Amino acid sequence: MDVIPAWFQNLYETTGLNFTVFYDAYDWNRYANGLKTTLLLVVVTIVLSLVIGAVGALLQSAPSRVVRGAINAFVVVFRNTPPLVQLFFFYFGVGAVLPAGQDQFGLRQPIIDNLQWAIIALSLFAGAFNVEIFRSGIEAVPKTTVEAAEALGYTRIRAYLFIILPLALRVCLPALNNNLVNLLKTTTLAYAIAVPETLYAVKQIWSESQNVLEMMLVLFATYGVLVGVLVWIMHRWEKALRIPGYGR
Amino acid sequence: MSAEPKTGAPLAVLLPFKVETTRLSAPRLAPVHAALFGAGLALLAGTAWAQSGAAQLSPLEVIVKWAPLLLSGFVFNILISMVAMALGTAAGLGLGLAMLAQNPLLARVAWALTQFFRNAPWLVLLFFVMFLVPFQVTIFGVRIPLPDWAKATVGFSLPVMANVAEIVRGAVRSVPSTQWEAAESLAFTPRQIMWRIILPQCVKRMLPPWMNLYALVAMATVQASIVGVSEMLTLTAQVHTAEGGRPELFAPLYGFALLCFFLYCYPIDRFTARLERRFQIR
Repeated sequence: MDVIPAWFQNLYETTGLNFTVFYDAYDWNRYANGLKTTLLLVVVTIVLSLVIGAVGALLQSAPSRVVRGAINAFVVVFRNTPPLVQLFFFYFGVGAVLPAGQDQFGLRQPIIDNLQWAIIALSLFAGAFNVEIFRSGIEAVPKTTVEAAEALGYTRIRAYLFIILPLALRVCLPALNNNLVNLLKTTTLAYAIAVPETLYAVKQIWSESQNVLEMMLVLFATYGVLVGVLVWIMHRWEKALRIPGYGR
Repeated sequence: MSAEPKTGAPLAVLLPFKVETTRLSAPRLAPVHAALFGAGLALLAGTAWAQSGAAQLSPLEVIVKWAPLLLSGFVFNILISMVAMALGTAAGLGLGLAMLAQNPLLARVAWALTQFFRNAPWLVLLFFVMFLVPFQVTIFGVRIPLPDWAKATVGFSLPVMANVAEIVRGAVRSVPSTQWEAAESLAFTPRQIMWRIILPQCVKRMLPPWMNLYALVAMATVQASIVGVSEMLTLTAQVHTAEGGRPELFAPLYGFALLCFFLYCYPIDRFTARLERRFQIR
């Protein structure tokens, strides 16, 4: 059990490569907690952004002009402004205006903390992209299929849920894959509002142990593995959802 | 004859059957949306001011007062994005062509580099360059200082390089193989085929994704504020402090930054969409 810490300890003594996370329990804990926060951020924002994308794409074909305009404005604004500024706008701007409670020391205790703001801002950002992606998928569903569903007596919502969305999802999975990988990478921005995710934890470690290069390698490896896992899951999903008779 | 209904209307069953089709096309956006967005921000600024005392400057007045400084920061952002894009495109073109090279070792190395820089978060790459590149380099005894903005620019050009490499590879792959064969039969050398026949055809295919990437880079430049480059977002925070750090100023100030980027990136986005439609490969 002590092989790995001993090896890294030895590596430090012989070569000077100081991978503190692998032999120092305290640093390992910080890193592991950061990784947990990143995973939480990634999973929750992916789910929320998918929901936002699906609902937004449905509302884009809503009968009301106001709703359609609102969704389009949302998509256009969130796609064309920097996610970091969005994050600051929500966390500092909206967060400061919202009412806040006090903890037992009399400190300001906002009703939405930084992790929650990061989740909200990142979900909205990725959700705006997902709306467009789902829309392109929906446009690829043959008109005749939609008409057939209507002829069978499906209501608009039920046709969307059971016919259009499942077909559209299969069409737009590659684009969705891309966007979700992007979202995973964007979660590092939560660093800027002091959410203790991986980058934040690693930065803390390297500022104490002065091992920037080593921790940077750990950081790259971490995100490489995370992206790899996400891409693998998405490919499995893509394969499982493949429509027989389409594509190769 | 006499059984015919007097109203003259045909029987209900004979009426053409009308199916309400589901609306799936979204309306296009007009500049009016941008104007509405701006008006909304102004309104937000106004309401935030209404909550505070009138003795201080209103958020709108604060923005007007500091706009020259903030806009100069914004211009700096644009400058960083353009230089990063130029560097990244030049390097990415080379990397993309290396990925297509005949030499398998070169192709594998180029592929690995592309994957590495494409899959690492931009902010992590930025940290990578900021912390691991020295603040000055000495070449032949000449000390060349590397200011933080120059390092940040290099940091942004790394992911640009990888993305451009992918764009180049995709575009070259999309050229029909008959083009290669025809060029070969006309006795062009491989280098000539690439530069004179394949790449010119690729340009229009590469243009829309390249412009998309540029918009992303322009939006990413604000991340430089995290590592201490004094661009727009850094200046925004400084302006906020200079105005007494009132919490109700946050939303208008960051809203102003959002508006600047929106007004810059939205036309690029629209133009890209138009080009995409025009160059669509069917």
